[in-house]
Amino acid sequence: MIDKIRVVWYLNQFFGQIGGEDKADIPPQKHEGGIGPAAGAGRLLGDRAEVVGTVICGDTYFGENVDTASEQVVELISTFNPDIVIAGPAFNAGRYGVACGAVAKAVTEKLNIPVVSGMYPENPGVDMYKKYAYMVETTNSAAGMRKSLPAIVKLALKVASGEPMGTPEQEGYMPRGVRVNTFVEERGSKRAVNMLLKKLRGEEFVTEYPMPNFDRVAPNQPVADLSQAKIALVTSGGIVPKHNPDHIESSSASKYGKYDIAEFNTLTEADHETAHGGYDPTYANENPNRVLPVDVLRDMANEGVIGELHRYFYTTVGNGTAVASSKKFAETFSKELLADGVDAVILTST
Amino acid sequence: MVKEIERAGIPVVHMCTVVPISLTVGANRIVPTVAIPYPLGNPKLSGEDEKKLRRELVQNALEALKTEVHGQTVFDN
Repeated sequence: MIDKIRVVWYLNQFFGQIGGEDKADIPPQKHEGGIGPAAGAGRLLGDRAEVVGTVICGDTYFGENVDTASEQVVELISTFNPDIVIAGPAFNAGRYGVACGAVAKAVTEKLNIPVVSGMYPENPGVDMYKKYAYMVETTNSAAGMRKSLPAIVKLALKVASGEPMGTPEQEGYMPRGVRVNTFVEERGSKRAVNMLLKKLRGEEFVTEYPMPNFDRVAPNQPVADLSQAKIALVTSGGIVPKHNPDHIESSSASKYGKYDIAEFNTLTEADHETAHGGYDPTYANENPNRVLPVDVLRDMANEGVIGELHRYFYTTVGNGTAVASSKKFAETFSKELLADGVDAVILTST
Repeated sequence: MVKEIERAGIPVVHMCTVVPISLTVGANRIVPTVAIPYPLGNPKLSGEDEKKLRRELVQNALEALKTEVHGQTVFDN
């Protein structure tokens, strides 16, 4: 009889059933067997594989200590002596996606064990770490768990089997930016000309090398004289007036807010709070300046360090919010900032 | 958002804790901050010390805004 494939699963505090945001700062820990989705996957693995252990770490702990946390997690994973590691799926949770990706990098480099994960394509963890893991494309929320788990398990079994991997399309993973040599019937010049002819005829064709999408914006000239400059505050940390008057969503925000702070020398829990659902709100609610530094910028304006603090701040919740939405928000309010003569922006993120 | 503000022609500094994300997103001026739930504070400090810390961080951000950069730059001090 062939030994079962040994699977170790990496989860965050939420899927690891330890707790919500209040437990997001827990350091890595391990458990025998599968927990949460790792337990649910046991059935899907059948006779061929077994989840021998689960390693769990809080998303905030990981995000704030990427290097240390990676080392600790790898150490715990290695104690189970796995054949393969599965991380996530992280859907569109940014910190979790980055954690899964960093775990994949560390496991691949230090233990030389393959890693399979799952994420929404916009999760920053995909771009940052795609070459270290076979990642299944998931929906943007955990509602897609039931669909993504079988895909992840199927991919994991294939990877662990040691058989040669097919292309991303064949096997169902997101392109990793890895080139593999293959033999084809027709030589390159003929394929290229065929592609060109199809393009000229307006027919469908598939490129063999999609151009990477480098959407970079060159930095603007610096501010010449801060003491004359009008500075505006923008945040993705969800700071809003108390009771969130415009009902900005706690995740996947569909809008941004513009609020007047001309009368405020500081923000307090009596007048402002955070609407963000992706981090522990205790500290921001207690003192909103911790996310939106109105107090010190007001001081600096009064002392003449800066010319002026712009009377409006712009805010949204950067939590699973679509890149297309954030882009649209900022395109819109940047026009207002220009019209209002703002010289520079400080954007804070949680 | 940071990229669209830059694209509009306004110099912008991104203050955030997870710098690798900011680099991936494409911010040009980056100032690392304290922690995810309190980027510009530290609840363990007294109110006065905490505000001092926040002022230092904002001061770094202002320094970044008046510094010419040619690519992504992390202002780490």
